[in-house]
Amino acid sequence: MNPLYLEVLVVLLGIVLLIAEAFDGASAKRGIVYAGIAGLIGILAASFFIDPAAMNAAAPYARFYSADALAIFLKQFALLATIVVLVMSLEYAPTVEANMPSERRGAGLGEFYVLPIFACAGLMWMASAVDFVMIFVSLELVTIAFYILVSYLRRSEASLESGTKYLVLGALSTGFLVYGITWIYGVTGQFNLAAIAEKLPTLDQAAAPALLFGFGLILIALGFKIAAAPFQFWVPDVYQGAPTPVTAFLSVASKAAGFIVLLRVVQTFLVVPALQEKILPLLAVIAGATMIFGNLAALPQSNLKRLLAYSSIGHAGYLLLGVVSIGAPFAGTAIVFYLAAYLLMTLLAFLVMTIVAQASGGDDLADFNGLNQRAPHLAFAMLIAMLSLAGIPLTAGFLGKLFIFECAVEQQHWILVILGVITVAAGFYYYLKVIRAMYWQQPANPDAPEIKVGPLAKITIALLCALIIWVGVYPGPLLALLP
Amino acid sequence: MSPLLSLILIPLVTAAFCMAGAVPRRISLFGAGANLLLSLYLLASYSLEIGGFQFVSENALFPAYGISFSLGADGLSMVLLLLATLVTFAAVWVTPQVEKSPGMFYACLLFISAGAIGAFASIDLFFFYAFHELALIPTFLLIGIWGSGERQRIAWKVTIYLAFGSFILLLGLIGLWLAVPEGLRTLDIRLLQQLGYAGILAPGPVVYLLILFGFGILIALFPFHTWAPEAYASAPAPAAMLHAGVLKKFGLYGLLRIAVPIFPEEIQQFAHLVLILLLGNILYVGFVTLAQKRLDLMLGYSSVMHMGYAFLGFVALNQLGLGGMSLMLFAHGLTIAALFALCGEISRRTGTLEFSQLGGLAGLTPKLGLLFGFAAMASLGLPGFATFASEIIIFFGAFARGNVGGFNWFQTCTALALWGVVISAVYMLRAYRNIFWGARGSAVKDDTEDLGCDVRWAVILLIAVLLLTGFRPGLLLDYLNPVFAYLP
Repeated sequence: MNPLYLEVLVVLLGIVLLIAEAFDGASAKRGIVYAGIAGLIGILAASFFIDPAAMNAAAPYARFYSADALAIFLKQFALLATIVVLVMSLEYAPTVEANMPSERRGAGLGEFYVLPIFACAGLMWMASAVDFVMIFVSLELVTIAFYILVSYLRRSEASLESGTKYLVLGALSTGFLVYGITWIYGVTGQFNLAAIAEKLPTLDQAAAPALLFGFGLILIALGFKIAAAPFQFWVPDVYQGAPTPVTAFLSVASKAAGFIVLLRVVQTFLVVPALQEKILPLLAVIAGATMIFGNLAALPQSNLKRLLAYSSIGHAGYLLLGVVSIGAPFAGTAIVFYLAAYLLMTLLAFLVMTIVAQASGGDDLADFNGLNQRAPHLAFAMLIAMLSLAGIPLTAGFLGKLFIFECAVEQQHWILVILGVITVAAGFYYYLKVIRAMYWQQPANPDAPEIKVGPLAKITIALLCALIIWVGVYPGPLLALLP
Repeated sequence: MSPLLSLILIPLVTAAFCMAGAVPRRISLFGAGANLLLSLYLLASYSLEIGGFQFVSENALFPAYGISFSLGADGLSMVLLLLATLVTFAAVWVTPQVEKSPGMFYACLLFISAGAIGAFASIDLFFFYAFHELALIPTFLLIGIWGSGERQRIAWKVTIYLAFGSFILLLGLIGLWLAVPEGLRTLDIRLLQQLGYAGILAPGPVVYLLILFGFGILIALFPFHTWAPEAYASAPAPAAMLHAGVLKKFGLYGLLRIAVPIFPEEIQQFAHLVLILLLGNILYVGFVTLAQKRLDLMLGYSSVMHMGYAFLGFVALNQLGLGGMSLMLFAHGLTIAALFALCGEISRRTGTLEFSQLGGLAGLTPKLGLLFGFAAMASLGLPGFATFASEIIIFFGAFARGNVGGFNWFQTCTALALWGVVISAVYMLRAYRNIFWGARGSAVKDDTEDLGCDVRWAVILLIAVLLLTGFRPGLLLDYLNPVFAYLP
């Protein structure tokens, strides 16, 4: 099958569901989300039968669309994340309905289920984008879907506030991105990354400042997307205010897409040693600052959503450490592996959080007190997610960190490695805080109602737990999928 | 299925049953007992003539990195596996009625046990490290949920301290892996040892120091020892038994397994540093132990102090020193487990462990008094116990190390370290007098009951093994010595 069809199918699925939803009347719209999940699973299955050779390399679209192994892996990654996010949205539906101005049954739910599918299409295009224009367009497709989703809870001030913040900062970073692209186009006359990489060594020294300026602007824009310090300040507020499934989607998919673009852009510019000397130290400083800020700011948090927001900044720091160590032969695989592990554990944490927050009415750590007594299985799933995020061996998170640190040691980034070890130890503290709440503390309200978990959510939780441990113990098959 | 894999799986499966709601005590006792019998059987079927690693099973998981789930045991691992299963069995046996979620409690104990067994039975560096880390979280939960005193603060401190130590160790191990020449890259400990013997693998002093201090933090090497006494004092008795008796031995085992074959030159190069630090363990911590006013803290510090002797055997780097050190892992593990078990019983009976409020227990609880006496004598190294055998071998080994002219670091330090024996005698005997003899303490009630059947037999088992191996240390040394036979 031609890889181009994947995104077409996803967009078609979204449009069909949107039309079907319009005729669905006042229902809970469960059919829409089930159809969405089924459709995405089908496309995910189809993605394993992709034949990159079916693409005509001479066709015009091949200049901005590539279907290498990395791109295909990331498409599957986006599809999986979207499926889990839809499962989460199903659990989250009561909160959405409660925050709609209309009293009609299922008001606003349809779009809430369908918009992630459009964002997914954007993410999949971004995975294939090897051209600045394509990168820009697909990035905007994702971001615009997120503008709507973040501020979706129309009666919740927090959601509206975070929507506004995200919109303002998103627009700002878009501005930086476009401006950066124009500078680079001005110097090289090319949008295509491969063409730029060819052109760069032929340029004379005088062009270097302009190139670096353009690269710096792009770095700032991507810094916003991946939440790297010092462009991380929007993250905690937006993550906390947005609907939980959207937060999960933002922190996983949007970040992964940002990293892929960063990786492709950095690799393009590294071909010139003179640029490399300037770019790598800059990235190293950003990586160090991100690790320190994310992990230290997470320490005092008492709201789980906010805690996970800061922790996601911390993880961006480790990923950047991988980008800095890009010289190591294994670094690319290490970064993608880390992203995959991060996807599994973050989605698991958010899924459990969505369910518990629905039942206890809040997502403060205190709402998780005594979860082990109220719902031992959910507590155990959260335990696995936290252990993996903290980096305990035999989980996917540990291997991710191990591979990244191995590359960093190999490249002898000693200062960053020391910072990394200190921040990982700090990470233990705040992840264990969640475990403490679940296992040490007594529930605030001992006769709170039992927590109900839908069948789809149950299966997803079990699958994610199993995957985290399986990847942590037996990473061979996953690594075989990686480029 | 490899017999070593069953050794790891039995506690894990038992833990799963406990969490699923089976009668936890009965099933844990059954699982731990089965594991003990299995390890005894393996010890008996290990062929001393053939030597080396036996019961080997390999499953390559990730060939590009050389990660493979490989199990195997040589004489040293066999002895430590016996220690782990023995102490686990005793710890489960002495566990009193648990009120707060007993299923979780037993499951945590068994998880620690499985982690330690896995680490001792792994011959792959990755799983060697991973299994040890696996035991960190149950420790956190055990102290945090069932501990005493400032349990929450202490649980944090221990976990962060150990996690930090583990990450330093991890960096060392990554450095070690990167030092292997390309093409030979492996995580198989056997191959790494061969490369070390052949002199092909020379990672250099930085990696050695990372590994030394990484393990050092886990072992409570001075000045990184402050986590240990508090943790053991706060942990419930069975958890303290398992952690001090078994899990802490992981660090020493790691030094024997990795540092000795691969870093012989670095060990000698930094011997002075380690000698000074170990004197800190023996003398400084020894004096701190003397000053303790509570039994649990005193036992915690005494356990830290004894680690100094183990390090003395380590830097001696000869057959005697290392053989004595490995025997000491076994002997000290059993002794400290017996002491913590009895300490838990005293605290359950009187509600306090302050020396000032205890006294005259011997008249009321003669069996407790007698067994504590045995355990205390074992701890201070009375001849007849395995502790004595191990300490004397270490001292001979370290003294023999320095038969060269001039000022001799080794002989001076050994002479100083010998004073540690006197210090332990002072604090142990004083503690014994304070608790069991003299006037009735304020916390001691007239109707104090003597030891129950369970605890009594569990401790008798531990002490019997200590006496047996004390009179016939050859029983274990036959397994241990061949491991270091290549050394002078």
